[in-house]
Amino acid sequence: MSHLLAKPGGGGGQNAGAKDQQSIVSGGSSSASREAGLRYPTNGKTIYHRPLNRSKTAELSQASFAYLFSEMVSYAQKRVTGIQDLEKKLNLQGHPIGLKLLDLLLIREPPRSQTRPLNIISLLHFIKINVWQHLFGRQANGLEKSSSAETPDEYMIIDNEPLVNAYISVPREMSQLNCAAYVAGIIEGVCDGAAFPARVTAHTVGGKEEGEMWPGKTVFLVKFQPEVLEREALIGNKG
Amino acid sequence: MTVFALIIINKAGGLVYNRTFYEGGLQKISTNDLLVLAGTFHGVHAITSRLSPVKPAQAQAQATPPTQQPPGLLTRPEPPSGLEVLETENFRLQCFNTMTGTKFLLFTDTTQANVDVVMRRVYEMYSDYVMKNPFYQLEMPIRCDMFDRKLSSYIREINNR
Repeated sequence: MSHLLAKPGGGGGQNAGAKDQQSIVSGGSSSASREAGLRYPTNGKTIYHRPLNRSKTAELSQASFAYLFSEMVSYAQKRVTGIQDLEKKLNLQGHPIGLKLLDLLLIREPPRSQTRPLNIISLLHFIKINVWQHLFGRQANGLEKSSSAETPDEYMIIDNEPLVNAYISVPREMSQLNCAAYVAGIIEGVCDGAAFPARVTAHTVGGKEEGEMWPGKTVFLVKFQPEVLEREALIGNKG
Repeated sequence: MTVFALIIINKAGGLVYNRTFYEGGLQKISTNDLLVLAGTFHGVHAITSRLSPVKPAQAQAQATPPTQQPPGLLTRPEPPSGLEVLETENFRLQCFNTMTGTKFLLFTDTTQANVDVVMRRVYEMYSDYVMKNPFYQLEMPIRCDMFDRKLSSYIREINNR
């Protein structure tokens, strides 16, 4: 099984983290094993005492995420009738994460680059690089603008194998579904939070044939609202 | 050295997965016969595991002094393993029974080495691509593209070695 390493804390916080864990373990086996309720580490340092910015190396187990996400999909599936509703539900679950992630990632930037993205290109770059790096440990595979002249408001973020879909095989009768709608929700949250309201949807574009390099290749289609483009044009004229 | 086929049997003795990797290794049999084979094997396995002379839990607990037992660890004996290998002139059947009673049957060449390594890898793939798939219903036939794909590429690698 491919596990990512779980580290208690990053950099200098690592020693303290290891100590915390030890004290929890020893407390558990001797006295506190029968006591109910919350237990605190003996040195009083909880997870809230660790520095917010020292989390560059913090990683989680991919297996536990896979199980959690699998349950999220099943939960959503029990409450909907159609595929579009299911994607909508997943999108809604991701949206608040995107809203909060925008603030979190900006505050972690060095002070001089702590400004919100002010135009579409810098926003999409921020998503492709910073958001992806934070969530999946790598950058997205591509960023494209719609080539069609009729849809100047559409941009595409491309991921060859989305982490959320790593273990998911969609049944044939639901072939339009892509569970990365959850990630689309996160992107939508980031866009909305940065005052670039948009609709984001996830589409599978990888082929089904044998020997296909990226069978799970996914395109996140970002469609900005008309007022965003209007504003972009105004700013562009001035600058 | 060839891996011929894989069969997965659920804990109730139903056939949930069957796949042939190498044509000509085994005679083709109908799906009905396969279902019968799965059910029969399940029954035989149950009987052989009852034959297995493992001491019951209490006897084992008395045999080891309580001071040597790690604290908090329940004294649960190893489950009796039952039928593991079945060999004929032309093929070998290796059975792996998981903790939850799912059985993996791997049909290989009689000269195939390290079947346990192959089995472990197959079990890993099952736990990744089947158990973590939200669209898979427990105890039902396995229809997961990703599992099929990963399995074929792994077995192809072994068969071409």
